[in-house]
Amino acid sequence: MIPVEHYVLLSALLFVIGGVGFLVRRNVLVTLMSIEVMLNAANLALVAFNRSRMWPSPTQTFAGPSHTGQVFAFFIIAAEAAEVAVGLAIVLSLYRLRRTVRSDEADLLKN
Amino acid sequence: MTALGNLYFYVCAAAALAGALAVVASKNPIRGAMGLLLLILSVAGLFLALHAQFLAAIQLIVYAGAIVVLFLFVIMLLGPSASTPTDRRGLYTRAFGGGLFALASLGGMGLVVRAAIAAHHPLPMASPSPVFGGIDAFGSVLFADALVPFELSSALLMVAVVGAIAVAKGRQGVKSLSSGEQRIARAPVAAEPARETSGVFRHDVDAHEPAADAASPEGGRGLKEQAS
Repeated sequence: MIPVEHYVLLSALLFVIGGVGFLVRRNVLVTLMSIEVMLNAANLALVAFNRSRMWPSPTQTFAGPSHTGQVFAFFIIAAEAAEVAVGLAIVLSLYRLRRTVRSDEADLLKN
Repeated sequence: MTALGNLYFYVCAAAALAGALAVVASKNPIRGAMGLLLLILSVAGLFLALHAQFLAAIQLIVYAGAIVVLFLFVIMLLGPSASTPTDRRGLYTRAFGGGLFALASLGGMGLVVRAAIAAHHPLPMASPSPVFGGIDAFGSVLFADALVPFELSSALLMVAVVGAIAVAKGRQGVKSLSSGEQRIARAPVAAEPARETSGVFRHDVDAHEPAADAASPEGGRGLKEQAS
């Protein structure tokens, strides 16, 4: 059986890759996709910890195994769908305004 | 069985890392979207290994079915301008920031791993009941304990849809409104026959127009055009 540390390590690696992409790339589409990568990493860690700590406490009487991490990941997925919809609308709006999808050319408030 | 399970994990993990690297490193956003798809599929596979069957299905439906398709749609809509050429401006600054972030996170992760090895009791995976992560157990939690956030998330999605439509319409709507206003400003010549038919409206306009003429020069011009 794979211990939970492996999952958490993989999740951290995915998060770092996504974060570096978010910081380094200038294409807004790639930036949004990097955010997706980071949120996927967070989901993976949540589900892995939920699988590992399924029973809240040995002494506590509980109705069943806890699904808290999975429910949390579910809500993250819902919030992410909303984020992508609005984000891509903003990208389209930026493209219509500036004919570009580079984030450093969205400088209308500059000067 | 255990060896096969380990192999499954490592294959999925390698595919997820490859997908994430493809997202970050590819010049063409289409390839990035394909890398995102690979990442999503392998994370769904890992969810299956973690007894989260319902969440794996949701992952496939929402991510692969909606989000990646939305990304592809926008990339296709933008056409060749979706892929920006690489520029060297500020490359060192960006590389420094990204490297600092990666070093800090990986360093912190290394500290945590070292502490876990020193503590020397790895967290065991609890043995799940067969219903764990299935749609029955998940749904009963979702509709009992997490009912309020569930309803709030529906409101969030609604607001997001409305906001996306409003943002994507953007200036085009304003432009059409202003052109409509221009048409209204030039209306008295164009709308002459229509006014003839509606006597009440005509009377109303005639009764009100002198005051408007005195106030604004545009109304006076409209009256002049109407008279000529």
